[in-house]
Amino acid sequence: MSYAVEQNEKFAAYASPERLVSTEWLAAALQSGALSDGNLVVVESDEDVLLYETGHIPGSVKIDWHTDLNDDVTRDYVDGEAFAALAAAKGISRDTTVVIYGDKSNWWAAYALWVFTLFGHEDVRLLDGGRDKWIAEGRDLTTERTSPAPGDYPVMERNDAPIRAFKDDVLAHFGKPLIDVRSPEEYTGQRTHMPAYPEEGALRGGHIPTAASIPWARAAAPDGTYRSREELEALYLGEAGLTAGDDVVAYCRIGERSSHTWFALKYLLGFDTVRNYDGSWTEWGNAVRVPIAKGTERGTVPA
Amino acid sequence: MSTHDLPAALAEIVDDFQALTEPDRLQLLLEFSRELPELPDRLKDHPELLEQVVECQSPLFLTIETEKNDAGPADAVRLYFKAPPEAPTTRGFAGVLHEGLDGLSAAEILAVPDDMPELLGLTRAITPLRMRGMTAMLGRIKRKVAATSRLAS
Repeated sequence: MSYAVEQNEKFAAYASPERLVSTEWLAAALQSGALSDGNLVVVESDEDVLLYETGHIPGSVKIDWHTDLNDDVTRDYVDGEAFAALAAAKGISRDTTVVIYGDKSNWWAAYALWVFTLFGHEDVRLLDGGRDKWIAEGRDLTTERTSPAPGDYPVMERNDAPIRAFKDDVLAHFGKPLIDVRSPEEYTGQRTHMPAYPEEGALRGGHIPTAASIPWARAAAPDGTYRSREELEALYLGEAGLTAGDDVVAYCRIGERSSHTWFALKYLLGFDTVRNYDGSWTEWGNAVRVPIAKGTERGTVPA
Repeated sequence: MSTHDLPAALAEIVDDFQALTEPDRLQLLLEFSRELPELPDRLKDHPELLEQVVECQSPLFLTIETEKNDAGPADAVRLYFKAPPEAPTTRGFAGVLHEGLDGLSAAEILAVPDDMPELLGLTRAITPLRMRGMTAMLGRIKRKVAATSRLAS
């Protein structure tokens, strides 16, 4: 059913090496015609809704984080029916190995992978280094439209609880570790959105009390790949102060950057219980009477 | 609002978008992103002369210049944009505004309705969040044009 796990020294050190593939692995898989039988589907997921059209990995399909994965009325993800229709249209069946890649160190690709995981898709992996590394290595791109044979995808009920935290879950989580992955300016409350990004409307600035500040991109090397196990441990066990077995919640502004960190904590460092709080700062910074800490100090557990 | 309120070139672009289905509108936006002219060298070497539109999701910089128009009654406003190739949606918007507004008079540009981007019929296909960047881009152009024409008068 699924493709063999890639064996290499870097991945072997991670808790779940089967969640990553390298550009070499993918190039070899494509070379051997892996896309022809529907067992492997490559998905591109970017911030810009048109980037895929400017050139993509041959045979890959596009899934847009906003138009495809979010419900367009309720602030929520699509339901099981819509997800099944989306997956089938992209040539994905329930037992397909899905490899996701994207721009900006896989920021949006990790978000798409997290949504696939809400539906319990078993074999979904990230292309380590994403779109930029693939291009930097001079590998093939095409603007040719991919027309996959429809997949066969069952309607699965989304199972949010294991990996998704809501505001009330976060309020009940105090005393256990939180990771804030936004920029230092957002963490301290100096600003409520990313530098040079649109203001998405938060009335208050700052962070959730006790959250450690580890901006998401620190988990990525300059080539967009995930940092080594050792480096990630220094970051999250050392600097953030997590200990093995911790129940962790990560958040950012709308839950996309924290998906990248969620992936690192869950699959690379092996924390069993890691949840992404996708309401994140656009909810917390507007919610009435929730505790907020300002400045560089983490703050204390609210009484 | 209808295309009657728009300058001819912009009205034509809006008509082109409206005549298409949603997927084809995205293709057309992509074509505009490819046609966005490069910055002239004098601006390329002076990034400080450009202003960033922070509301756009991807980095977009723009500036305007006024050109004496010997042929007509009013000076022509020239528009210059810079956006990276990894941001085709942003580049596409810039391309639409360039083709629709470049060379018009300050008065003509200031008369363009602020919500003109909605007329392109892209809101659903690219989401309201991304449309905000386009509206902000037009707003920034109009603010700069207004400031420049105040100085000149």
